[in-house]
Amino acid sequence: MKDWQPKILAILCTWCSYAGADLAGVSRIQYPPTIRVVRVPCSGRVDPLFIMKSLQSGFDGVLVSGCHPGDCHYLSGNYVARRRFAMLKPLLEFMGIEPDRVQFSWISAGEGERFAQVMTKVTNDVKKLGPAKRLVKGA
Amino acid sequence: MKELREKVKELLAGKQVEMVIGWEKSSRSLQATPVFIDSPEGADRLIFDSTCGNNPAVYFTKDSRRLVKDGKKVGVVAKGCDARSLALYMAERQVKRDNIVIIGAPCRGVIDANKVAALTEGREVLDLSEEDGKVTLKGRDFDLTVDTNEILSSSCLACTYPDARECDIFIGEARGEVPNEERYTTIDDFEKLPAEERWEKMKDIYSRCIRCYACRNVCPSCYCNECFVDQNDPQWIGKSHEITDTMIFHIIRNLHVAGRCVECGACERACPMGLDLLLLNRKIAREMEERFGYVTGVDAGTKPAMADFREDEKQDFIMG
Repeated sequence: MKDWQPKILAILCTWCSYAGADLAGVSRIQYPPTIRVVRVPCSGRVDPLFIMKSLQSGFDGVLVSGCHPGDCHYLSGNYVARRRFAMLKPLLEFMGIEPDRVQFSWISAGEGERFAQVMTKVTNDVKKLGPAKRLVKGA
Repeated sequence: MKELREKVKELLAGKQVEMVIGWEKSSRSLQATPVFIDSPEGADRLIFDSTCGNNPAVYFTKDSRRLVKDGKKVGVVAKGCDARSLALYMAERQVKRDNIVIIGAPCRGVIDANKVAALTEGREVLDLSEEDGKVTLKGRDFDLTVDTNEILSSSCLACTYPDARECDIFIGEARGEVPNEERYTTIDDFEKLPAEERWEKMKDIYSRCIRCYACRNVCPSCYCNECFVDQNDPQWIGKSHEITDTMIFHIIRNLHVAGRCVECGACERACPMGLDLLLLNRKIAREMEERFGYVTGVDAGTKPAMADFREDEKQDFIMG
């Protein structure tokens, strides 16, 4: 268990957070190799069902990241997403699912450094929680 | 009841409406059945009492949209929650205000047959009569008098808006807004439990779900042409009663009706397993109210909460 590494799904918007990840990469900034990336056109594309499905399939944590408020390529996609997450997050916590399993952040295309910091933080948070048990199919 | 029938007769005789949707006595004493009245004589079949549980707003969605085609008007007898559903439909442009005549009914709460079944140990109730906050239930070999509150739907006990706010005609005595301080006590109590215990309770509730979808089918806010659980390509979630699939069904259904649920309790009353389905809905309703100051269906002019946003909203749940 000491060597256990969490599996984290990072759902990134193509215009900001994905470009932020790219910048972190080309700048050779180090961050834990725990994430698997899914690129979406906008954080507004993220259906809570995606998040549920990832947890059910065995991801230990999910991070959704989009453009900062006011920065959305489609003007209001991240605002709509924010309301959705504002409902999902307290609901999962209410049900007894560890709040740190599902996290949200805003990362711009220029924030390579911040991308690495966020990934490190999410990885550490999920490591503290240990492997996911709740909502995991067959667990 | 007399006033209701007279009004409906008047509306139909004067051709002000093509049809009126209400309830009539059914073969089951605890549940009145929805009825469609299209002639003045038919109005005598209408009843309104605590057995009129179904939310008649559902008839204005899906295929039933043809009801209000060609600018014709349809009347609907509505409790407070039913009128909130109709107000939601107006905000979502499912129905035009001009096409419906809302007949507000004096609701004092509706009976939850699941609660009655627990009291009578499953024996069938053949007749019931109400008087002064007491209900007498009669069956083949029993005769039981209980406080009405004991068998009212949990949604009614926590009801804040018993009257149809959006209405054209009101029958009987309105109750006004009932400030219900206990509305969220179940949520408060639940939140005080440690996370492990909350999770165990959730498992306890949803492991009993048989995935019959009665809750979804009876829900006035569930009117998608194809529900995500019925999709095969891609098939998002399993169709068996495996616990994680069941939970995800309920979580996502709750999020789909976030800011759209009017807490009419139709889901709970329809549930054959008697599950506490409103628990999650209420949690979301409170989040809606506290975060966005939004209460579903109390004002027909408000944009649905999940289709709206404010730039300066609180975002404490997002990493700083």
